[in-house]
Amino acid sequence: MMKDKKQNENSGKILSWIDARFPYSETMREHITEYYASKNFNIWYVFGVLAMVVLVIQLLTGIFLTMNYKPSSAEAFSSVEYIMRDVEWGWLIRYMHSTGASFFFVVVYLHMFRAMLYGSYKKPRELIWIIGMLIFIVLMAEAFAGYLLPWGQMSYWGAQVIISIFGAIPFVGEALVEIIRGDYSISDITLNRFFALHVIALPLALIALIFVHIVALHEVGSNNPDGIEIKDHKNEDGIPVDGVAFHPYHTSKDLVAIIAFLMIFSVVVFFAPDMGGYFLEYANFEKANPSATPEHIAPVWYFTPYYAILRAVPDKLGGAIAMGLSVLLPLFLPWLDRSKVKSIRYRGWIYKTSLSLFVISFISLGVLGVLPADGIYVSMARFFGILYFAFFLLMPYYSAIDKTKPVPSRVT
Amino acid sequence: MSEKIDKNKRHFLGAATAATGIVGFGFAAVPFLSSLKPSARARALGAPVEVPLSSLEPGEMIRVVWRGKLVYVLRRTNEMLSRLAGLTDLLRDPDSLEPDIQPEFAINEHRSLNPEYLVVEGACTHLGCAPLPQFEVTPSDDWFGGFFCPCHGSKFDLSGRVYKGVPAPTNLKVPPYSFTQSDVITIGINPSEV
Amino acid sequence: MKINKYILIILAMICSFNSGIYAATQKTLEKANNDSGDVSSLQRGARNFMNYCSGCHSAEYIRYDVIGEDLGITQSQLKKYLMFNAQQSFDTINTSMEMEDAAGWFGQAPPDLSLMARAKSTDYVYTFLKSFYIDSSSPTGVDNSILAGTSMPNVLWELQGHQEYINDESGSERLEITIPGKMSEEDFNSFLRDTVNFLEYISEPIKNERQALGVKVLIFLAFFLVLAYLLKKEIWKEVK
Repeated sequence: MMKDKKQNENSGKILSWIDARFPYSETMREHITEYYASKNFNIWYVFGVLAMVVLVIQLLTGIFLTMNYKPSSAEAFSSVEYIMRDVEWGWLIRYMHSTGASFFFVVVYLHMFRAMLYGSYKKPRELIWIIGMLIFIVLMAEAFAGYLLPWGQMSYWGAQVIISIFGAIPFVGEALVEIIRGDYSISDITLNRFFALHVIALPLALIALIFVHIVALHEVGSNNPDGIEIKDHKNEDGIPVDGVAFHPYHTSKDLVAIIAFLMIFSVVVFFAPDMGGYFLEYANFEKANPSATPEHIAPVWYFTPYYAILRAVPDKLGGAIAMGLSVLLPLFLPWLDRSKVKSIRYRGWIYKTSLSLFVISFISLGVLGVLPADGIYVSMARFFGILYFAFFLLMPYYSAIDKTKPVPSRVT
Repeated sequence: MSEKIDKNKRHFLGAATAATGIVGFGFAAVPFLSSLKPSARARALGAPVEVPLSSLEPGEMIRVVWRGKLVYVLRRTNEMLSRLAGLTDLLRDPDSLEPDIQPEFAINEHRSLNPEYLVVEGACTHLGCAPLPQFEVTPSDDWFGGFFCPCHGSKFDLSGRVYKGVPAPTNLKVPPYSFTQSDVITIGINPSEV
Repeated sequence: MKINKYILIILAMICSFNSGIYAATQKTLEKANNDSGDVSSLQRGARNFMNYCSGCHSAEYIRYDVIGEDLGITQSQLKKYLMFNAQQSFDTINTSMEMEDAAGWFGQAPPDLSLMARAKSTDYVYTFLKSFYIDSSSPTGVDNSILAGTSMPNVLWELQGHQEYINDESGSERLEITIPGKMSEEDFNSFLRDTVNFLEYISEPIKNERQALGVKVLIFLAFFLVLAYLLKKEIWKEVK
């Protein structure tokens, strides 16, 4: 007992030494032990922390991959096989990274859908949403740059197709494409600069944006499945009555979710790392060959909804604009949504139907983006594309007339 | 009463979860740390190197590279070998007693398997420069020919033994090697492993 | 309950994904039905590969000593039966042919086979190898019903025999062995199965180890999950 006490005293001394120079205890209190979030969080609220877990996995495995990868068109493909075969445990590190890329999008899509379910983008959280959308766009760029690096057939031809989209921009398009590639075609030079973007520039941007995302979140506080501001009901100590501290309550809950997630992640890494050709496309096991296009080009699954929209428009510029809009439209959700309530729990049938149709069209577009673009598939992509846009563009109208239920003052 | 039991249970669960988590991190660290070891390619490139001796004239030295390291193979003449005995007092470790500098078979005056052939790493034990061979010198009281490091002036005799009063702390290293044929030396493999 | 439902959905997704999306061909492929755990099949496949494939095709990412260790082949057996083009056991499988010569002879250099089974699927390689038929208009004297116009000659004709392309009036297209080879059809199929099995193995030598490790990792995580869940329940007890 005596010893314990002495130790506590000592660590107290160290802590106050640090606190006089760095706001350690204050930060811990404000953001961990005395950050209050609603006690009625459900499963939809774990995807934010899971995205952080995937980020850590990607950064860590990425560092170790960079130690062995060679960013040149002559050596890139064989250096990946070198990692897979010659580097001890290299296969695990690489599979974790390739699986992590797909899971990043799984959790981010679900995280974004959560915001749509419970109106987390609505006032006062508009900035959190906008920063989140920027994170999403940077993440897409990061994934796209990373996909070129293995220098397989799909890396090469996928990049060829996607970069060509920029050529549709009037007047500057072709010049822009050359600037992106740094060459007259996808080449060693392109690979080299994509490597720089993938391992330095975009990760830095990503980390900075995520930091700002969380700072903004902690400023206004987390939303909850009822869409109620828990800060409106505080007890005599100034603590929200419906809130519980982030630590130990939400941390212990998140830990369960993280382990469950790691189990699913492990199932893929250890038993289906190529996920039937969706996470690692089979054509990418062939080295990039500028003189032979694979029979069927499909982007990785997380880009396919937007790709389907691109192909659905029978005009190069029109397709590019439609695709760009489909990525950017969610950015305006805070102002498109005119409903008085946040959570889907208190919205009427119109919004519930629209959101369901949106989910169906998004998933359908994703499936169609994998399939060849002919016949019925093009018509279907057009149909679902229109539904996708209608969800956003008609929202100011239908969200305003939708009948809402009364919102309780305390969380349920 | 019930509160106390709860507290114990909570402490136990907290400790058990934390311990399992730490063990998990330990497991997870293994692949990352192991990946830093020399890869299969590095091991393949670092495989034993065969050195044919048939064209090596007495008094001649050749340089070979094994695992990226310079190795000197010197065929000593009888005259060269006769110089070895006279300079014991000038040397820091004339009997090669310092451990881990040479395989066991090289703990002798000539520091080799066969007295005729000297095999040493061409890296000064001071800071790794390649010592220059200087065999043909007019023997004086304090220099009997051998290897001279141009970086910081360390001196070694014709067996790679370090002189006193120079910065290099130990004799030149002798790599593992063996005679795989009567006139072929394989560097990187001990005689016991052949 | 809710969590269970989501896990089930995700597992179902994995299963359906595993059916695969090899986009390669419209033609129906025969199932190779190879068993990557069958070491003696892999050993036979290695021998087949070295005898019939490695003359023209390299497998530049696989080392002989890795094959030896994984398939239980000793160093001396490796040197005697498999290492025709190699000096050292840590070498990778290279061919003695100069790739530029080969490109001149065949019109294009024979592709490296390290990853072929993974890029094209084992079924594809299996069916491809048994789908050569006589075509006198082709420079190699054969064509292939899976990959029309292939520049690869039918290396295995001695074993399989010669096939001809039959297009009946009934409209059924098929290949038929007109001149029998050294092997019965059954033996030839199992010869191909071993070979394809080996090709799949070299495309990912780590596969068996990966799966074995996966089981251990999942057991550990399951244990961890139970602990963390109990802890969470304990901590949340006081929240009303």
